[in-house]
Amino acid sequence: MNIEEARSAVIRGEISPVELAGAVFERIGAVEEKIGSYVSVRKEHALSQAKQAEDSIRSGDTPALPGIPIAVKDNICTKGIKTTCSSRILENFIPPYESTVTQRLGEQGYVLAGKTNLDEFAMGSSTENSFFGRTKNPWDLQRVPGGSSGGSAAAVAADECIAAIGSDTGGSIRQPAAFCGVVGLKPTYGRVSRYGLVAFASSLDQIGPVTKTVRDSAILMNVISGHDPLDSTSAAVDTPDFTSALGRDINGMKIGIPKEYFIEGLDGEVAGAVKEAIKQLETLGAVAVEISLPHTEYAVAAYYILATSEASSNLARYDGVKYGLRVEGDDLIDMYMKTRDEGFGPEVKRRIILGTYALSSGYYDAYYRKAQQVRTLISRDFRKAFETVDLVVTPTTPTPAFRAGEKTADPLQMYLSDIFTISVNLAGVPAISIPCGFTSANLPVGLQIIGRHFDEESVFRAAYAYEQATGWHRMRPRLQE
Amino acid sequence: MQYETVIGLEIHAQLSTETKMFCGCPAKFGSEPNTQTCPVCTGMPGVLPVMNKKAVEYVVRTGLALNCNISSYSRFARKNYFYPDLPKGYQISQYELPLCEGGYVEINVDGGGKKIGLTRIHLEEDAGKNIHDGAGSESLVDLNRAGVPLMEIVTEPDIRSPREAVEFMKRLRAVVRCIGVCDGNMEQGSLRCDANISVRPAGQEEFGVKTEIKNMNSFRFVEKALDYEIRRQTAALREGKRIIQETRLWNADRGITESMRSKEEAHDYRYFPEPDLMPVELDGSWLETIRESIPELPHVRRARFISRYHLPEQDADILTADMATAEWFEEAVRLGGDPRVVSNWIRGELARLLNEDNRQMEDCLLKPEYLVDMLKLIDNGTISGKIAKTVFEEMYKTGSAAGDIVKEKGLVQISDEAGIGAVVDEILDEHPEEVKRYRAGEAKLMGFFVGQVMKKTRGKANPKIANELLRKKLG
Amino acid sequence: MMDIDHVAALARLKLTDREKEIFSRQVVDIIRYIDKLNELDTSGIEPTAHVLPMKNIFREDEIRASLPRDSALRNAPERDGGFYRVPRIIE
Repeated sequence: MNIEEARSAVIRGEISPVELAGAVFERIGAVEEKIGSYVSVRKEHALSQAKQAEDSIRSGDTPALPGIPIAVKDNICTKGIKTTCSSRILENFIPPYESTVTQRLGEQGYVLAGKTNLDEFAMGSSTENSFFGRTKNPWDLQRVPGGSSGGSAAAVAADECIAAIGSDTGGSIRQPAAFCGVVGLKPTYGRVSRYGLVAFASSLDQIGPVTKTVRDSAILMNVISGHDPLDSTSAAVDTPDFTSALGRDINGMKIGIPKEYFIEGLDGEVAGAVKEAIKQLETLGAVAVEISLPHTEYAVAAYYILATSEASSNLARYDGVKYGLRVEGDDLIDMYMKTRDEGFGPEVKRRIILGTYALSSGYYDAYYRKAQQVRTLISRDFRKAFETVDLVVTPTTPTPAFRAGEKTADPLQMYLSDIFTISVNLAGVPAISIPCGFTSANLPVGLQIIGRHFDEESVFRAAYAYEQATGWHRMRPRLQE
Repeated sequence: MQYETVIGLEIHAQLSTETKMFCGCPAKFGSEPNTQTCPVCTGMPGVLPVMNKKAVEYVVRTGLALNCNISSYSRFARKNYFYPDLPKGYQISQYELPLCEGGYVEINVDGGGKKIGLTRIHLEEDAGKNIHDGAGSESLVDLNRAGVPLMEIVTEPDIRSPREAVEFMKRLRAVVRCIGVCDGNMEQGSLRCDANISVRPAGQEEFGVKTEIKNMNSFRFVEKALDYEIRRQTAALREGKRIIQETRLWNADRGITESMRSKEEAHDYRYFPEPDLMPVELDGSWLETIRESIPELPHVRRARFISRYHLPEQDADILTADMATAEWFEEAVRLGGDPRVVSNWIRGELARLLNEDNRQMEDCLLKPEYLVDMLKLIDNGTISGKIAKTVFEEMYKTGSAAGDIVKEKGLVQISDEAGIGAVVDEILDEHPEEVKRYRAGEAKLMGFFVGQVMKKTRGKANPKIANELLRKKLG
Repeated sequence: MMDIDHVAALARLKLTDREKEIFSRQVVDIIRYIDKLNELDTSGIEPTAHVLPMKNIFREDEIRASLPRDSALRNAPERDGGFYRVPRIIE
């Protein structure tokens, strides 16, 4: 069941929120052991939220998410409910405040299905870097679900929730959505408040929906978007009704196909599915033109400087003083060093080292400043492209889901799996990944549709037209024994 | 060999905003530990800073008052270091593009004026407080102060003596208090001063090796610490020793500066632009609005007091030391008080009473109009100058008007000749011996007789009339 | 090129010798890849700190409720009454 269906069933009284939550928990009980989507599930809390939703519906309210069970990535703070970032250092952290996004979901009657697994502090592309164990891809349990929002994408694909919330710094919503055959949107930077999202790389992080359909994505965006005075980087732009963009035809829309994305290293089956999808969009009336985003090949390098530098600073607060893990030491500095050594996993430490190095005395201009300049060039590429096209269409990932353990020994290869999603974060533009076919091994392939700043509507419009014409989104994994 | 001192100051002033720099917690001093904190100022995971507009305006106001160039484009940066009182592991500060650059403060030394140049003024957040409880193996952390807006003012190395340094600090304090951006309290730490100090052979161009002196929390300590440090450095150089570049703490108990002997490796703050905050752009109209909010500055007011009220410089200094005193004075003069007389009362009795109570002019119950009323009572002979002091003190204590106090306490001067004459007669009767001696030429005894009259009338006799009658009756 | 001991000290990470060895190698590999940025001439290119051209985002100087002390200190690994407690700081 998706949000649209669940909502009308609840409003019509065909199913009560408590029954709906019960059904989701039953499903979690049945498959969670295999998938490992969640870090924590708080059934009692969810049922009391469902009860509240029931009461409010009975009193005549028709909120956007009446008792709809939604999973939230465990790097988004939920008041009174553990928020771990899948890190040992925050294993027992209970936020005394609510994130803006979950606050808004709450105001629309949602039920928190649970907190989903992620790569520790959202650093990773496979959800293997979690203190609580890896999440598996529901389409093939030997494979990764992508990351870092792997728990959210797997939970949606495995029907362990109606929809989910993730965060995307370099592809962390779109890449797992592609690997798990679901819909994942990274909104324009500034569209959705980051207040309460545990920072990884502040200038790149953005919260977004992971859903079963494009319409659900639009429904959730209607709820979570909008200016927030608690986030200085939140834009004061109006939130349109994103669902009203759905169903409008795409006749005459110009879509740019960047030649830099069809390169060596792109899996043949992925390339085939994406090319097929572009043809489909043309059949629907879109005009496809080849474009160039010339600085694409520098995106990963620039990204790993900016993201790790910001992360090295953002993660300095985990020092064993105010919250989280503390490992006692001989003195203060020893306590710091032991706490952080034992509290963080290897990928986090690796990135802290890289970021600390990049910012250290004498290297700032060569690395950080240089990367910011390259960021300017990448933004200009998009701006220039959007002078002639309405959307840019690419594969979401160069390959389908890879095997667990395949890239853990070589961090650089892992980083390069985000090669098609990273530019979007650097430019701050919105992009969606939608299912566009399967490989011969029955692994989902994702199509990425990128729009102009604050033009999620065009993205939704094209994504919805494609989805309705193809129906890939109706495919569900058979979770065989 | 003669040595010359070179001093540059780094001043931290807590801004007197209601709330902290990046959250709505109160910024006030002296509350119970950790009762003025929230997720933002304790650096909880996921929180974000939002800038206090007033704090930005206060820094700009200061920059305008100190003749700085105000940056049309300014931004914030993170200064990264670990310390328990720094909850985020970085301080939000400014690095490139501070709010104000350049500027100067004019000080008076040995009768002449001298400009002390400013390098920059920037805005940052304060840290919390670490408390070390005696010999224990642990320290305690209070984050109430974490995130309070702090203005950092850095001077050029233009200061040549501890006296100049103190003079600079006094001028600066007068300005920040006058424009209402900082309460200037050095003991409570809302105004802090660190100094970079070096000595060099007189005439030498290049600077000597400097030390940084911290923990000087009063004007007196600034002067003493710098005096000590000059003696220490000069003596070392005379002995052919080298000065080590280091941070030293002023130990007020021992009257010396001591090396911090920090085992910390050289700092590398890894500054980078704060991604959670947007830049500040000051356009002309905003700047104008801030400019208009600046009251008359102390040195301008001082000059005006001298020329307009013909006051001695010393009087003007005291009257313009703070805004409330200056306003009190001008109000009294506006109501008809003679400037010199009003000044004398403020600098004399009022200063003494406020000082005894450890109070500020702001909390003074005595209103300027009451002083003026009282001065009229003296002029028209209703009360004597001596009684006036009693009336003044009573007004200060109760906040009542002069006339009421005079009436209530029966302090009206006795001016009728019959009444005083009777007292004079009594006194002459009681002191036949002195009368004889006076008449024999001992003129100075007149003072004794006047004193006796005053004693009998409890100071209420009009002294002029008493004098006349005594003279007449002693013939 | 990279002094791993210095960087780990700055980042307050106590690494084992083995970790130092692995991380050095991996980070140096990554940096070698990142050095491809030097192929680009970026002279005269403004660095991007924020993708959105926003400025002057402020709040008014108005008091909002602080956390009750117990709630602020609830997550503290060590506390002493109303304070956070840490190993003694040697000044």
